[in-house]
Amino acid sequence: MFSGFMTNAWLVGTFVAIVAGVVGFFIVLRGQAFVADAVPQGAFAGAAGASLLGINTLIGVAAAALVGALGIGWLGRRGRRDVATALALVVLLGLGALFLSFSTEYAPEIYALLFGEVLGVSANEVLPIAVLSVASVAAIAALYRPLLLSSVMPELAEARGVRPARVETLFLVVVALATSMTLPVVGALLIFSLMIGPPAAARSVTSKPLPALALSAVIAVVVLWISIASAYQTNWPVGFFVGALGAVCYAAGRGYAALRGRRPARPRAWRGAAEQGVTANVRV
Amino acid sequence: MLRAVFEPGFFSSSPVHVALAAGGVVALVSGIVGSFAVVRGQSYAGHALADISVTGGSASFLVGVSPLWGFVGVGVLAAGVMDMIGIQRPRGRDLATGVVRGAGLGLAALFLYWDTTHSNVTGATITILFGSLFTVSSTILPAIVALSVAAVAIVAVLYRPLLLSTVAADLAAARGVSVRLVGLACLVAIALAVSLSAMTIGTILSTALLIGPAAIGLRLSRRPGLAMAWSALAGLAATWLGVLLAYDSFYWPPSRHGWPVSFFVVTLIFLGYVAVQTITSRVRRA
Repeated sequence: MFSGFMTNAWLVGTFVAIVAGVVGFFIVLRGQAFVADAVPQGAFAGAAGASLLGINTLIGVAAAALVGALGIGWLGRRGRRDVATALALVVLLGLGALFLSFSTEYAPEIYALLFGEVLGVSANEVLPIAVLSVASVAAIAALYRPLLLSSVMPELAEARGVRPARVETLFLVVVALATSMTLPVVGALLIFSLMIGPPAAARSVTSKPLPALALSAVIAVVVLWISIASAYQTNWPVGFFVGALGAVCYAAGRGYAALRGRRPARPRAWRGAAEQGVTANVRV
Repeated sequence: MLRAVFEPGFFSSSPVHVALAAGGVVALVSGIVGSFAVVRGQSYAGHALADISVTGGSASFLVGVSPLWGFVGVGVLAAGVMDMIGIQRPRGRDLATGVVRGAGLGLAALFLYWDTTHSNVTGATITILFGSLFTVSSTILPAIVALSVAAVAIVAVLYRPLLLSTVAADLAAARGVSVRLVGLACLVAIALAVSLSAMTIGTILSTALLIGPAAIGLRLSRRPGLAMAWSALAGLAATWLGVLLAYDSFYWPPSRHGWPVSFFVVTLIFLGYVAVQTITSRVRRA
């Protein structure tokens, strides 16, 4: 299980899980589950287009993810956000269906893009994914304070000179970035489980932002490791294990919170932390 | 002139008749039910239910029942689960929806894997996910119509309490409306609509038909009844035009086997939405 080609799977899986846990933490905090769901699914169109044009899948996916994320931002300023998300998603999926009908791709390869094929990660995919994951985490680190404040207290953030629209756009770009590296590994339909299950569980365990963020990444890594190991043993698709374990995480978090008698709300402690950070960084 | 628009054989081809009938029925129902999905902020739930009903579709290939019952059964079941774990609260609703969707799609991945490895149904993945109106069989048409009528009936019977509990939940509760129960019924109606459309025309179109026409209708009129009528009309127009274009595209480059219906319908809906939005925002500003 740990020899030869499997080394790549473990390595890439770990990168992907850390990014999903970190980015997913803010997705859960901002209540943007639909966006996080739509961007990867829409990015699938990019993969289909790339295979049609014969270019690198990663580039196609990244391009479609960016278009999707920015499209959602653009449409969302003019109408209801969830409607904008749904429309952007279906347009990209419609394009994906068109590209698929033009190309002569075999069904199993499309299935792999949709539901993940971690065991098929090749050696020359490791470096781009590593670079992208470092970039995603670095972007989140740079945006950390304004992102936290505008997620927890939007009005205060605005008063402190944080521009919500700009933070929003930047965050969507990071989501697109994270998506394009996760897609070939976990699959378009299930990245999202990795992005919301672990953070939801982490949030019910601790109310301090940084430990919750770290815990979220750790849980995501554990989930993906278990999934890869189980997929290797059973030969079943890795997406099944990710989806099931994501739901288990969420249920465990809800159960734990219920036992301790509190909901995973936005605790007071975060406001203090976020406020201080913004005062230090963004002088009004 | 007419020959240039309608390729020869359009009106005499029986797959086209079935596609027009099934697509039309599904578009009307999605337009009506979708208006409530959009107003209640349940676009995501609608999208997720369509995805989850795929789990039922892929399971039905395994156990050998008609896909119709797989899609509809699992869709309605998922609506119940979503309601149980708290989709009616605005906070955390997307999260709960997403978790149910993730678990459902995980199962779908497993079932599709078994479909392709054990039972030799190759291409099941593509058929289930992307669907095609031209492959709908005419034998399930009566069942589609019956279930569509059921979905519309739910919304029609609950019309007033549903509107009231959508716009002012507190007031509805004070008047003795069971907001929770009405919400569950609405979610079941959405599940019926999207699982039917997911099966007949694919999951992509299902979300497009649920949300797009409804968003157009709500832009065109502020009166709920009228908005629903516009929405149903827009859905119907996009679907029929899409079928026509897909039929015509048979001789188009590059593949010479026709472009997918989903692509045309989705594009038409999107263009319609952008046009209506641009025009109405101009009119309102003037």
